[in-house]
This record gives sequence, structure tokens and C-alpha cells, in this order.
Amino acid sequence: MSSDSSYYVPESSKLPIFMAFGLLLFVLGAGSTINDLGKESSNSYILLMTSFAVIWGVMFVWFSNVINENNKGMYSDQLNQSFVWGMAWFIFSEVMFFFAFFLALGYVRMFSVPWLGGEGEKAITNILWPAFEATWPVMVTPDNETFPGAEKNMNMPGITKLHTWLPFWNTLCLVTSSGTIALAEAALKKGKRAAFKSWMVVTISLGFIFVFLQGLEYYEAYAHMGLTLGAGIYGTTFFLLTGFHGFHVCLGAIILTIMTIRGFGGAFSEHDHFGLAAGSWYWHFVDVVWILLVLVVYVF
Amino acid sequence: MSAVIEGHHDDHHHGPAKGITRWLYTTNHKDIGSLYLWFSFIMLFIGGAMAMVIRAELFEPGSQIVSPEFYNQMVTNHGLIMVFGVIMPAFVGLANWLIPMQIGAPDMALPRLNNLSFWILPAAFGVLLATFFMEGGAPNFGWTFYAPLSTEYAPPTVTYFIFAVHIMGASSIMGSINVITTILNMRAPGMTLMKMPLFVWSWLITAYLLIAVMPVLAGAVTMMLMDIHFGTSFFKAGGGGDPVLFQHIFWFFGHPEVYIMILPAFGIVSHIIETFSRKPIFGYDSMVYAIASIALLSFVVWAHHMFTVGMPIAGELFFMYSTMLIAIPTGVKVFNWLSTMFKGSLTFETPMLFAIAFVALFTIGGLSGLMLAIAPADFQYHDTYFVVAHFHYVLVPGALFSIIAAVYYWLPKWTGYMYDEFMGKTHFWLSFVSVNLTFFPMHFVGLAGMPRRIPDYAMQFADYNMIVSVGAFLFGLSQLLFLYVVLKAIIYGKKATGQVWEGAKGLEWTLDSPPAYHTFETPPNLEAGEAKG
Repeated sequence: MSSDSSYYVPESSKLPIFMAFGLLLFVLGAGSTINDLGKESSNSYILLMTSFAVIWGVMFVWFSNVINENNKGMYSDQLNQSFVWGMAWFIFSEVMFFFAFFLALGYVRMFSVPWLGGEGEKAITNILWPAFEATWPVMVTPDNETFPGAEKNMNMPGITKLHTWLPFWNTLCLVTSSGTIALAEAALKKGKRAAFKSWMVVTISLGFIFVFLQGLEYYEAYAHMGLTLGAGIYGTTFFLLTGFHGFHVCLGAIILTIMTIRGFGGAFSEHDHFGLAAGSWYWHFVDVVWILLVLVVYVF
Repeated sequence: MSAVIEGHHDDHHHGPAKGITRWLYTTNHKDIGSLYLWFSFIMLFIGGAMAMVIRAELFEPGSQIVSPEFYNQMVTNHGLIMVFGVIMPAFVGLANWLIPMQIGAPDMALPRLNNLSFWILPAAFGVLLATFFMEGGAPNFGWTFYAPLSTEYAPPTVTYFIFAVHIMGASSIMGSINVITTILNMRAPGMTLMKMPLFVWSWLITAYLLIAVMPVLAGAVTMMLMDIHFGTSFFKAGGGGDPVLFQHIFWFFGHPEVYIMILPAFGIVSHIIETFSRKPIFGYDSMVYAIASIALLSFVVWAHHMFTVGMPIAGELFFMYSTMLIAIPTGVKVFNWLSTMFKGSLTFETPMLFAIAFVALFTIGGLSGLMLAIAPADFQYHDTYFVVAHFHYVLVPGALFSIIAAVYYWLPKWTGYMYDEFMGKTHFWLSFVSVNLTFFPMHFVGLAGMPRRIPDYAMQFADYNMIVSVGAFLFGLSQLLFLYVVLKAIIYGKKATGQVWEGAKGLEWTLDSPPAYHTFETPPNLEAGEAKG
């Protein structure tokens, strides 16, 4: 509820319309680039790259403005509370985005794959490919010529071989980094800036190690395991779930890198550091998604 | 520090900027509200023109005016435009105009984000309409874009459609974050949650639904994109996926989406009925709980859209009973509106006429929904014109009438000018008669088995279809009258008072008509209960 009359309503701004223009270019650029995939002489990617430049440029200016306005003391406690609510609901929307992919994985594992294999009252779908046997992971797909199944899967190899299994190290990285960013925040709140900066560096290093290991895992999958996007539903769900998660880790790591750079530049005070706090929430969110993902994609 | 704030405040008392840049760069909730409403109005005529093409083709059996391929594009884009380009933006426009004024806030919580949410829409719909002129034509797979129609058999423009849906969804999510933040954080001191006007309550819950389901839609179109261009097999049985999975994900979004398009209407109608009954709304608390129950139930009823796709019997039964449960909170609302009118001092100005028509005709749509909820009966009704009749009854004399009612009710407040009451009533009666002429006979042809989305039909349906088409043309023309009434009010209207309506209560009526460019820069002092309703 309002406590005073100083809620900051910005003057009219050119940023949003430029952002909307960037998004328009993005739709046209991404649409034409993807439609032209495989064509030899296509330069639609230039449009796509331009759109990224516009979007990132506007974001840079926009965030700079917000930081400057805050530094000038234009923001009341109430407005800062608006940012808190905004970030919280944004993370909720991200949760629901992942929910769609978890829903898809749950549905194929619980219903459609067993049905294709002839289980239950929906066994009529089994007449399409009578030889198909329902297992998870699906290593031999119903139509194995069009969708050649993977030779190996990514499942956990057993407790004794845990150290040879990349997701184990990935989990270790990400869970640890959730702890180190909490330490960084705690240090900042106590005014220990050196400790804050060190923990931030540790956090983003762990984040980038995660991204590197994930890349290594994808290389292994494509080069040695026959596990590709086209390898039927197992490859599909594996790459889309881990891929979107990895994409969010990249975003989170970029956010935290910017926060670290700002921290080295002297930004954030003991009581006013919501940019960092929001980045940290996002990082915890990415971590929670990963734990769920390890359980349903790799372990069970 | 405070000097900066004070200095800034002085700027605020300047009026709006001049010229086109006022609209391009604006951060003012009233300007953005007007932009949303005009955008929605323009899209209403574009989507309406597509409906006219559909009804012209169906005027007689046989294939006369357009090719079946083009007919499919018309059906698809009519649906997409009406849902995402008319009803949703109109409600967001109303939210922008009204929520800050109703809760005593200076503006929306995040004004620049607000501007971005709006300006994404013309971009998204510009791309969508541009697909008509691209190779392969516009999307032609129905507004529900079921796979594999929208994947394996889709025109190449589907890629643009997918990205347009992505940014549309981003616009909705940003808009909803803004609405929720405004409501939770910017209410005047003393306005507790259970004293909020019902329109604000309805939008709080709608915004929650939007943030919950728009990302799921984004997930669905992303899976389509991957299936079409990157070889995945979400919706391909050959790879172990399932086309039915698409329907589950789509309707997990789609059913809450249906309520996104009706909950704000509940709020609007509550305000109008209490004003013209000169009584406070009957059962305010139960109204709030009913909206919340409808919203929560909307997450567990989605598969009633797919009874015929083949589901285990337990699934059919679960979704049948959960759907029927929705009739209870909806019934609470309808009876509360009736009880509000009971023994009230009723007058029947145009907004009230539309609101009463809403209650009556929305109930018809709700009851046919209850028929469709019965799984064994749905095997008969599925994909017939009965379904078309059902959802048009809840969307046209439901959602659209509530928006029209809201425009008549608040137009004097927004512009400072009264509309012409006689013309308004003429618009109402023309709309009321023609909307029933259009959609009521669809029940009959649907029960008799006429399938939806087909450009031709059996001879036996010819008479009713001709009536439907005549009704549709009349309804389309009546909305041109609406445009005329609005423009006439703005240009030649008589000055309106601040109170406007004798029985109107709420903070927005304490302001001048039109309100100053910036209102409630100092929060109003609320006496307990003053703002309720």
C-alpha cells in the first residue's frame, strides 16, 4: 500500500518502442532464418543479428537508466517493492515454462510410450508398429528408420561409477554455486566487500564450468552415443529439457557476471542491492530446476 | 534527495506531450489504456471482416466465394485475432485505465514496461496479418493449431506464427506482472484486499492465470518449432511422441485462457449492475471467492476439450466432474447479480442493458457448456456447430458485451463527454437481436450434426445458415454504429459531470470527467468501506 506520495512515474521514454521494434525484427529475422535453413544463399540471419543488437542495446540503456535513477534517489521504498514483486512473478512465469516441458516428459513416459507398446485400454496405437517395445529410455523408436534411436543413454551408471558421470559433477557445481552466492550476499550485507567479490567470482566460475560440462556432454552425445535431437522422444526430451535449462544457466551466469563487474566497480550497498538479490533468486531457481531435472531426466 | 523528487513532481503537472510521440513514448496509464482499447477496436473490425467472409461463404450450401484453403485461413485468423487481438487487449486497456483510478494509485507500478507490453501487440499482429501475403498463405490450422496440422502439414508461414505467438505471450506476461504488482503494491492506504473493487479483484486473478499459462503456450509453440525444423518428435508417434500431447499442452493453456477472457467481464458487470440497481453488490465476499474458485478449477478441467481424442475412462470421468463443478461458483455469481437487482431502483441506461444481456446470454453459453461437459453427450456434440454456438455465446454476448458495457459506462469518465443515449440504446437492441439471430440457430444445426470449420454443408442446414448469415451481417453493421456513437460522444458529446451516474460508487467517480493527466499523486484518504464496489 502507498505510504507516501513520491512514487516515481518516469517521463515518457523512447526505450519501450525501440524494444518493441527490436522484437519485431526478431520475429521477422528468426522466422526467415529458420525457414531458410538449408538454403545456400540466404542472408536473413543479418536481420536476426540486427534484432539481437537492437534488443541487447536497448536493454543496456534501459538497465543503465534504472541504475542511474536509483542512484539519484528517485526510487521510494514502495517502488523498490514493485521491483521485488515484478521479479518474483517473472520467476513464476519461468517455472511455468519449464512445467510445460516436464509435463511433456511425464506424459510420454507415463502414457504415450506404454500405449505405443500395447499397454492398457489404449493399445490400439500399438497396431501402428506392433514390434515396438515400450521401455524408457526409448532406445529403439517405433519408426526406427526415420527416427534412429540412440545407441547409449545418459542414465546414471550406478553409485560406484558416479565419478565418471558428468551430471554428477554438474550437480555438484550448481548446488555449490547456490551456496556460494548466498555467502556472497551475506558478506555484502555485512559490508565485507572483499569476501563478497570473491564469492561472486567463485559463483560465476562454477556457473561457467557447468555450461562447459554441459557442452561436453552434448558433444559426447552427438559424437559417440548416437543421441541427437532426431533420436526419437528420448533425445527430444533430453535435449529440450537440459537445453532450456542450460540456456537459463547461461542467462543467469551473464546476469551474475554483470553484477560482479558492477560490484567491482563499487555498486551495491549493504541495504540497497536488489539487482544482485534478483540475480541470486534467478540462480536459485535455475538450481531447483536442475535438481528436478536430474531426477526425472537422468536418474529415474 | 528529496529535492530531486520534488523537482520531478513539478514536471508531472505538465499535460501530455504533443503529436504522435505522445503515443509512442508514453508512460501514462490512461494513454496506454486508450491505445489498447483503440487497437482492440481496430482488430475487432479486421477479425469481424473475416467473420463476414466466413458467413458470406456459408450463406448458401456449396462453394461460392472463397476457396476452401482461404476459408481455413479465415477461420484460423478470425479466431486468433478475436482471442488475442480483441478481447484480451480490450481487457488490458480497461485494466490500465481503471485499476490505478480504482485503487487510488498515481499510475501502473512499472510504466515503461507497460508501454512495451502494448507496442509489442501491433508488431505481433502486423506479422500475423503479413503472412496472408507470404508464400503458402496465412496459418490455416484453426486457432487451436493442433499438431500435426500445424507441424507436418502447415504452410511455411507457421514459423512466423510461432515467433509472433512468443512475443504476444511476452506482452501478456509483462502486462500481467504489471497489473499484479500494481494491485499488490500500490493500493491507497486503508484499501485492504477485501475492500478492493470487484473489477480489480477479477484482474488480480486474471493476471495470475495469465502468468501461469502464457509460458505453457510458449512451450507448446517451441515444441512445434523443434518438431518442424529440428527433427524432434514431441508430436510424432513414429519417434515415440504423441500428437495428443499437443492437445494436452495446448488446453492446459487454453482452458485458463478461456477464463482469462471472462473473469474481467465478471468484475465489469458487477460494477454496472450495482450502479444501476442503486444497491451495493449482493454477496461481495462470495463474488471474490467464486472468481478465485473458477480460476483454480480452470487448471484441472482442460481435457474436456478432447473427450473424443481417446482417454482412459478414469480421465473422461475426472474431467467431466471437475468441469461440472465450475457451474457452482458461476451459479453463485449469476444469482448474486440477480439478487443485486432484486428490489433495486433499476434504471436501464445502455451500460445496464448490455450488463443484463450479459447475465442472460452468458448463462445460456454457460448452460450449453454444462451440456458439453457430459462426456458421453460430448461424443455427439464434439466439433459441431453446437460447440461454435456455445463459445460464441460466452465470448460475444459474454466477453464482448461486457467490454461494450464498460465503454458506455466509463466513456463519460474517460473523455468528459456523454454518449447519445438514444443511439446507444439503438446499438444495444440491434446487437442484442442480431447476436441471437446469429448464434442461437447454430445450436440447432450443431445438434443436427453440422460440422464446424467446413466451408460447405448438407442441404438440410441451408435455411438456418441463411438466418445465421443475415444475423451476422446485421451484427457486423451494428458495431459500425458503435464506432459512430463513440466518435460522436468524443466530438459532439454533452459535458459529463464527475459523478456521471447517480448510483456509481468508487474512487474513479470522485475524480473530474475527464480526469487530470496524472491522478492520485497523493493517495486518497479512504474511510473504511468507501471504496468497496
